[in-house]
Amino acid sequence: MSIIFNHVNYIYDADTKHSSYALKDINLQINKGEFIGIIGHTGSGKSTLTQLMNALLKPTDGEVYFEGVDINSNGYNKKELRSRVGLVFQYPEHQLFEADVFSDVCYGPKNLGLSKKEAELRAFEALRLVGMDNEYYYQSPFDLSGGQKRRVAIAGVLAMKPEVLILDEPTAGLDPKGRDEILDQITRLKKETGITIILVSHSMEDVAKYVDRLIVMNQGQIMYDDTPREVFKHAESLQESGLALPRVTYIMHELKKLGVPVDTKAITVEEAAMEIASLLRK
Amino acid sequence: MLRDITIGQYYQEDSVIHRLDPRVKLAGTVLYIVLLFAFEGIFGYIMAALALFIVVKLTRIPFKYMIRGLKPVVMILMITVFFNLFLTPGQVLVVLWKLTITKEGIIIAGKMAIRLCLLIISASVMTLTTTPNQLTDGLEKSMGFLNKAKVPVHEISMMMSIALRFIPILLEETDKIMKAQIARGADFETGGLIKRAKALVPLLVPLFIAAFRRANDLAMAMEARCYRGGDGRTKMKPLIYKKEDRIAYAIMMGYILILLIARVVCGLR
Repeated sequence: MSIIFNHVNYIYDADTKHSSYALKDINLQINKGEFIGIIGHTGSGKSTLTQLMNALLKPTDGEVYFEGVDINSNGYNKKELRSRVGLVFQYPEHQLFEADVFSDVCYGPKNLGLSKKEAELRAFEALRLVGMDNEYYYQSPFDLSGGQKRRVAIAGVLAMKPEVLILDEPTAGLDPKGRDEILDQITRLKKETGITIILVSHSMEDVAKYVDRLIVMNQGQIMYDDTPREVFKHAESLQESGLALPRVTYIMHELKKLGVPVDTKAITVEEAAMEIASLLRK
Repeated sequence: MLRDITIGQYYQEDSVIHRLDPRVKLAGTVLYIVLLFAFEGIFGYIMAALALFIVVKLTRIPFKYMIRGLKPVVMILMITVFFNLFLTPGQVLVVLWKLTITKEGIIIAGKMAIRLCLLIISASVMTLTTTPNQLTDGLEKSMGFLNKAKVPVHEISMMMSIALRFIPILLEETDKIMKAQIARGADFETGGLIKRAKALVPLLVPLFIAAFRRANDLAMAMEARCYRGGDGRTKMKPLIYKKEDRIAYAIMMGYILILLIARVVCGLR
């Protein structure tokens, strides 16, 4: 039991006539140690959902519980909540501000009131976890490459030792190499620390390979909430809501259409290769 | 939190005021402000408030939305009222320690407050109902005569409209960075003055960088579209006065006439 959404609504611009539902009646339970992907088209409410999880936004109706306590109740320690539910925003490198990488990563733990030594210890650990070498520690963060900047920014949140790590589009704007690096890094992080990870993305390709559970958002509502394999079975309705399947799944569907007796459930390149190979062997 | 600031933002709606030629709205706003200072008696204020009320109703923008935009100005208003209230010499009414409140002070402070409110609302009616593009076009055309005096009218109005357009962009950016830093445990709301000022560094540095990045992107985009200022530029939607615009001018004239007649004939100010 970790994060629970109970009938949560969120409305933007409530008192103008342009008011619109960003989220509509969301019920959701996120358990400890899960690796979850949230996907949805632009404007489907993904980012709003993540900001509700650490009380950066307050739901218009409904409650959000963390460890059994309503996080929007009076007197709830939101600062502590935010250290336990770490949120990495879209383009997190835009929030870097310190003169060197190391001090920037220290910012979060220092805000938690930790001693200088403890903060630095955590910064070292976080930078190691995201795979930054110590030759970069005392460089200006603005001199780094895009992928490196992003890893430093992720380390900035990791240094707070969150129990739940939410990453909003961590691969946006990165080249394929940078993208794979970040995603592999996140998977390794998951293995090493066992924390709950929520990966928000609009790209099926990114999440299909990594997550155990997939939540599909459409127009402010949860459309599917299942394992990736189960979700991808609904190929047609997914495409209707503007989401693409992983490319290999398309290939498998096309093969099937052409009369090749393949199983279309493959969602990664490796699985598809195995499937075709075993078919050829027969 | 920062989404509440509506100064200089456009509010989409289909109303008579929205459809007016931007030149009419510009002239109207300037005229309104001048009259606000020329007629500062009770009658003048009642007329001004009434006129503004009708225009605001016509825009069909929720009044609550408009008032929300006034919030950041409240501080300036308070300071003005404060100084006028305590520092105007005259007939003493109340003495609080070293501060004295005079009858004249109360009157001036009250007038100031009303005038500032009307001023700000009238200016925001213009920006709320006119897109930055229209506003630029309107300014450029009304100021066109300055071109003869070698004033770069087009460039100036372009700069103005870019500045206006950047307000919501930078607010959005501030909101995002603020949230990101709060998620890292930043605290912008508690502590003494020095602590709070220090807490702003993690907000201001990324904001400055963002502003430069945005400006650079915009410059690049303009460059890519071969922008080269106002020389020989034609408009896709040239401004032409319509019937509605002439009626609006006539109403403005009527408004001035009523005020003048009231002053000359009845002695009302």
